[in-house]
Amino acid sequence: MTTTRVIATFGTIALATAVLGACGGEDSSSGSDSSAAGENVTLTLATFNEFGYEDLITEYEAANPNITIEHKKAATATEARDNINTRLAAGSGLADIEAVEVDWLSELMQYPDKFTDLNSPDVEGRWLDWKSAMATTPDGKLIGYGTDIGPEAICYRADLFEAAGLPTDREEVASAMGSTWEDYFALGKKFMSSSDVAWMGSAGEVYNAMVNQMPNAYEQEDGTVVATSNPEVREAYDMVTQASADGLSAHLGQWSDDWTSSFQTDGFATMPCPSWMLGVIEGNASGVEGWDIANTFPGGGGNWGGSYLTVPTQSEHPEEAKALAAWLTAPEQQIKAFVAKGTFPSQQEALSSSELTSVTNTFFADAPTGEIFADRAEAVTVVPFKGPQFSAINDAMQQAIARVDIDKTDDADASWQKFVSDVESLG
Amino acid sequence: MSVDTTTPAAAPAPPAPQRRTVRERLRAVDAQVAPYAYISPFFVLFALVGLFPLVYTFWVSVHDWNLIGGKGAFVGLDNYAQALGQENFWTGARNTVSIFLLSGVTQTVAAIALAAVLNQNIRARTFWRMGVLLPFVIAPVAVGVIFSKMFADQSGLINSLLTSVGLPAVGWHSDVFASHVAIATMVNFRWTGYVTLIFLAAMQAIPTELYEAAVLDGASRMRQFFSVTVPMLRPTIIFVVITATIGGLQIFDEPRVFDQQGLGGADRQWMTMTMYLYELGWGPQKSFGRAAAVSWLLFLFIIVIGVLNYLATRRIASSSSGGK
Repeated sequence: MTTTRVIATFGTIALATAVLGACGGEDSSSGSDSSAAGENVTLTLATFNEFGYEDLITEYEAANPNITIEHKKAATATEARDNINTRLAAGSGLADIEAVEVDWLSELMQYPDKFTDLNSPDVEGRWLDWKSAMATTPDGKLIGYGTDIGPEAICYRADLFEAAGLPTDREEVASAMGSTWEDYFALGKKFMSSSDVAWMGSAGEVYNAMVNQMPNAYEQEDGTVVATSNPEVREAYDMVTQASADGLSAHLGQWSDDWTSSFQTDGFATMPCPSWMLGVIEGNASGVEGWDIANTFPGGGGNWGGSYLTVPTQSEHPEEAKALAAWLTAPEQQIKAFVAKGTFPSQQEALSSSELTSVTNTFFADAPTGEIFADRAEAVTVVPFKGPQFSAINDAMQQAIARVDIDKTDDADASWQKFVSDVESLG
Repeated sequence: MSVDTTTPAAAPAPPAPQRRTVRERLRAVDAQVAPYAYISPFFVLFALVGLFPLVYTFWVSVHDWNLIGGKGAFVGLDNYAQALGQENFWTGARNTVSIFLLSGVTQTVAAIALAAVLNQNIRARTFWRMGVLLPFVIAPVAVGVIFSKMFADQSGLINSLLTSVGLPAVGWHSDVFASHVAIATMVNFRWTGYVTLIFLAAMQAIPTELYEAAVLDGASRMRQFFSVTVPMLRPTIIFVVITATIGGLQIFDEPRVFDQQGLGGADRQWMTMTMYLYELGWGPQKSFGRAAAVSWLLFLFIIVIGVLNYLATRRIASSSSGGK
């Protein structure tokens, strides 16, 4: 008796659920049909650090009353990266628009099926060629819309230059730096001959700038690993470890506590600095006077960092998400973001805008940073190919250099051998 | 529901002898099964969150498995062979054991000594007893970040103190042993107080008659400690050593935040096994297969060390009790 009743009850519930479910299904399908025509849509936007989007979001919502934007900000890029990896693996939970940093974009580029193709005639030619090339798959799929970039210049301590009898004016410094890394190190030796302060923070810091100027540092486009046989890599390795042996390095691992505190104690005189580094220097060196910035970069232009907005295929509203991403990365909006948070725009048009070129930086002796970095962005010619193994090999290389330069546990040759075996073990 | 439970009681009684056997049988079954039913939630949970992941990890470890790409080809024990052939794997094993010994041994000895002091009649006992537990409430990552600043090679507090008294600065991030000492210090800072309280509780359970007898025999304080306290703590020592082994061999947070890269140093000076497996699975390689293989090796490794520790502690404790 009881059992039958239970079954009957369950049956009713099941039936009811099925009916309700069917209703729900109908509802949602009709919803997505008409959403293009103004149905309410909530889009999630996931960024990290500071993209400068707060005001833009309000602006977009006001212009598109049917769109609500939920902005999730991760504290660090690493956190965002872990989140994306985990949710990509799980197959759900990603935001409609996910910000991705260029350093790990190459890892995601191996799974183009997980991202919506963002190609569209409206955005063609919007970015610097090398910026969009990095987010384009070999078969022409555009995975991400470029937001900001990190064109590199050389930051230097004018006061220490003066004490060492070197020119201090930023144009004179730029020409004294020459055009190659050899010139940069040569000037360093000249500086060191009459100063106790180191020329650069660490060998690895300079190597990092060099590797971003090599088209195929560690891998060929077909996936062949050439890291240990590429003469360019070995040359750069030898050059920076030699510079360290010559005493140019302060032996401070970048981002270490020692490195951070060295800004207050005259740790080193120059550093390769991408646009976003200005804020870091200003923060670490607050109260220190003398930082300036030279409109030059050894070995041609260089880029370090910058991000993209992607639309994962998990998104339920890819069209709306794409439209929002396209709007956010349009030159006008990126200039506003730059004004708000200093993220340097990657859009052709933005680079020549007077709003950008008129920007100066008081901490860096009123240097015209807008103009300098716009020049530096135009100077970038090489698109470094970063395949699936790039970060792993680059980590191994940075460790190899640190063993020689910072820890001093190995000499240059022994450390290179360890690098070779590290690369082989990745296989 | 309530109807269901009351129905049998209200039902007309069947023939007496049969009814008794049914009842008895039910009662017997109840007595046998109920205890298991009561503790079953733990085992059900364990099967879900302990056993299943364990078995599944093994399944992953015999495949080529990418974090994002998912399952690839079956590769048998290749991942294990690959891991065992890696220099980094053995470096990780060396570091793990070394940090574990430096932290585990120091911690246990210091905790017993501290507990013995706290077990005396000292003023403001509760204050001191709570005080030793304070470091435990600090998150391991916070401890790591603070200590990393203190142990910074050039600008750190500890090296400044050393050089100010004329001693040479220590390469906390470049020297293998020094980095292990630094990390063991963080672990000890957090855990010693916690272990102390466990020992203290055990000490208070030791019958006072034993001490009275020892005093009558003319045993000194020291003698009492080694001949009464320590042997009586034997089960607790075994418990502490086993849990310290399990925790110590999986140490991750403190070494991970010891520098900014979190890879355990340029020469892998302080890279532990868990850091190595994290790097394999979630680092640039994203190889879940290899990471799973390493975690299984770590699991076996912990069992072996755990058993060794158990045997060693049993022997030490029983020999010091003077042959029972």
